[in-house]
Order: sequence, then structure tokens, then C-alpha cells
Amino acid sequence: MDIWTKIFYAVISVVIATIYGLALGGVVRKIYARVHGRYGPPVWQPFIDIIKTHAKRVAVSHGIMFYLGPVFRFAGGLGTYLFIPVIFGSAVFANFSMAGDLLLVMYFIFFGQLGMALGAGEGGHPYSPLGIARGLSQMTTFEVPFALSVIALAIQYHTLNITAIVAAQQGSILNWTLFTNPFAVVAAMISMLGMNMHSPFSIVLAPQEIPIGPPIEMNSSFLATLQTNRGLFVAAKLILFMNLYFGGATNLVVMIVKTFLIYMFSVFVGAAFPRFRPEQAMRFFLKWPTIIGIISIIFVAYL
Amino acid sequence: MEKKDINEVEKQMNLANDGLSDKEKTLFSDARPQVVPPVHKIFENFRNWARAQSLWMLAFGTGCGAIELRPLMTSRYDMSRYGIAPRPSPRQSSVFIIGGYASLKTIKRIVRSYEQMQGPKFVIALGSCTINGGMYYDSYYTINRIDHYIPVDIYVTGCMPRPESLLAGFNKLKERIRAGRADGMNKYAENFDWYKKNQKRIIKDWNMPDYNW
Repeated sequence: MDIWTKIFYAVISVVIATIYGLALGGVVRKIYARVHGRYGPPVWQPFIDIIKTHAKRVAVSHGIMFYLGPVFRFAGGLGTYLFIPVIFGSAVFANFSMAGDLLLVMYFIFFGQLGMALGAGEGGHPYSPLGIARGLSQMTTFEVPFALSVIALAIQYHTLNITAIVAAQQGSILNWTLFTNPFAVVAAMISMLGMNMHSPFSIVLAPQEIPIGPPIEMNSSFLATLQTNRGLFVAAKLILFMNLYFGGATNLVVMIVKTFLIYMFSVFVGAAFPRFRPEQAMRFFLKWPTIIGIISIIFVAYL
Repeated sequence: MEKKDINEVEKQMNLANDGLSDKEKTLFSDARPQVVPPVHKIFENFRNWARAQSLWMLAFGTGCGAIELRPLMTSRYDMSRYGIAPRPSPRQSSVFIIGGYASLKTIKRIVRSYEQMQGPKFVIALGSCTINGGMYYDSYYTINRIDHYIPVDIYVTGCMPRPESLLAGFNKLKERIRAGRADGMNKYAENFDWYKKNQKRIIKDWNMPDYNW
């Protein structure tokens, strides 16, 4: 396939993933509202919010890094997404999957956060470095169980190619990593709680104490870029987890059902548990999920 | 003709920022706020629709009125179905709610927060105190009319107004935004000198830039 067709397909896939990620956010807000006994905002509220933020007439910038912060963040989301094959066996949704893409994706998950840290730091508001310090330290700790879980997968499937990992899980539901290596899945799902920043790990954004954290100075189109990225990034992470642990998807409907259920896991946990303090969250990630991650490596390597 | 030109030149001139020390002057912008005209009509209508459907409010609990904002978030009144959501940072919010009387101390913070909001921005003044001083009309430390200091789009009268009337105020604001009549941001930029004069008349310890970018 020539590169222009591939790029054309990638654009389609990015647009669909962004719309899906934003709609997912809207649906979850609606579900929360119905549980509270409210009507709740319409499902398309995130889209209106983005149009509104873009429609601001003025934007205050604090310097070059402030401009680049949201750009880096969006590049992180885009990079994460573009190297994950979304639908197994589909040419349109294959993206730029290649040998070793799993390592690249893990790098891109971290990359956006680092770029955002530089940009938000230039905003000069005291709450943004506070949020960044919390965010980066929490990120460093939840990467540990996730990395251990990925190492376990690499040992198990003898590859770091996501497409090959999905291919190895095809055939029966019992071929899913969920059943062949449950410890790795448990470690990774716990680290996903931190990744999605729902409660109990929502201290990074913490709207009450450090109003919204890192993006506090972001306004107008800067904020709209971050909002768009949030939709794409959530979709990318969910698709990654679906590919690695839940057998991937062979069509769009299966993809939507599986990622929705994976997302509901962090929503349910978030609805049931109160928030951790930063040091509690870090200690938590370095304790139980890390031990489970090590067990998962021992499990596949020696048992 | 010539005189008008001089006025135009003066308006383009940068702000004095007299309230700041020489060291601080380098840290703050001295640019004046500019009038930003709306874009092409059809496109602007669409943008106004989006602005009306997504109101992020910065609640400024100056007085007792702030207590009426809390019930709006609960299941009983549920403001989120109208696309209204609280937002902690003035940079990101579009509706500024003045929750009651404003003392001389708080009007300074009101001005700072209002100027930090990115336009188009709307103001809802809550309660009688914001219109004519209400029960504090003869107080030595309370301002009587909030719209002498920042442009107000909607007044919600009452002492205190119920959450229902606040919701009605929100819906009235939406109508104004959709009709393109809620243009407080440009009004503030056009009459900037008048607003500043009023503000500086009552805020004695002016230790901030003339416009808080």
C-alpha cells in the first residue's frame, strides 16, 4: 500500500477515534447524572464545549513553551494512537503498526505529559507546577506495574509488535491474555486506573484544591487542543488495553463494546472509592500492582 | 477631525500601570484591551449558539448569594442539563456570577477576575445588592451598582433569589447570547477609561496593573 493511502486511512481513523473518545466522555457523564437522579448534560456536550472554547475571541499566551505545551500534548495523543492497530485485519484501521511499536506507544504515553509540563510551567501559575509534580510522580509510579506487565507479555508472546500480540490471541476467548496470563492483566488494569485519572487517582486535576491543576492557565484554543486530545488519548489507551489483554477487535462494533466495558471498569472504581493523597497513590502503585506485575513475569517465565 | 485623531492615538497608547513599582512594571503587560468585532454573520450565529449551550461559570461568592449556587448542581435543579458547569479557573470560564453585595475589598478581586477571563464573557449579577445596594445601600464599605465597574448582562433580582430564578436568569442570558446582544467584552474595551475611572475612584490601594491580562 502506498504511503498516501495509508495517511488517508490514518486520518479517517484518527477522526473516528477522537469522536468516539469524546462521545464516550459524554456518555459517562450522562450515566453519572442518571445515577445521581439528574437529567445530566446531553451526550454531545463535550463537542459543544470544544466549539465554544475555539470560539473565544481572544487568547492569552505566556511564551513559546506555553504555545508548544498543548501541541506536545496533542502530539503525544496522536503518536500513541497512530502506532496502535485499532481493528485486527482491517486496512483502514491498521494505522502505522510495525515491529516494536509497543515500546514506541509506551514512550508516547509519557511524552505528552512531559511536553505539557514544560508548557504549563511557563504559565507561571503556582498551581500548575503543583499539578505537574503530582502528575509526573504519579505517572512514574503507575508506569512500573504497566511496564512489568508489558515485559510479561513480551516473554509470553516473544514479540513487541501489537499486531502479533493480537494475532496470538485470536481463535477462542480462552486465548486472551486475560486467561493465559491473568496476573499481567490485573497489574495493567490497576495501572490503567492511574492513567485515566479517575478517583481514587484524580489528585492530579483536583478541581477543588488546586483548581484543575496543570492546565489552569490554558485558555481558548490552547484548552480546546487539550480537550480534543483528551478524547483521542482516552480512545488510544482503551484500544491499547483491548489489544494487549482482551483479544483485540475484528470489527468496529466489537471494538466499541470492549473499550466501553474497559472504560466502565475505571468509572465504577472511581464512583466507589474516595481519592488518594499523592503519596498514598504513589505508595499504592509501587506496592501491590508492582508485586503482581513481578508475579506475572515469574508466572510466564518459569511456570 | 484632528482632535478625533489625537483621541484615537491616545487610545492606542499603552497603559501607565502607575500602581506598580518600576521592577513590577516589567513583569506585567501594559497593552489596552481591544474591541474584537464579530466575524461573518452566519458563522457568528453558529458560534453564539455554541457559547450559549456551553456556559462555564466562575462563581464569585462575594455575599450570601453564593449559597443559592450550590443547589443548582444538585439533582433537584441540575444545571448541567442546560450545559452549565462550574469551572475553577477564570481563564477558562465564560460566565461570571457575582453572588451578592460587593465590598470595596472584593470589588478589586472582581475586577481582576473579570479581566482575566477570555472574551466573550458574560456577567450575571445576583440579588438586589448588586443593582442598588439592597439592604446595604447606605453602607460605607459596600458599592451600590456593580455595573459602574464591570458590564453586567443579566440581573437576577431578589433578596435572595431562589435557584429557580437563577436558572431563569441563565436561560435569559442564553437568549441574549444567541441573539448576539451579550457583548460585555467589547463594551468594556470601548468604555475602558470610564470603567477604570470608576474603579480607581473607590479602590484606593491600587497595586495591580491597569488591565489584568
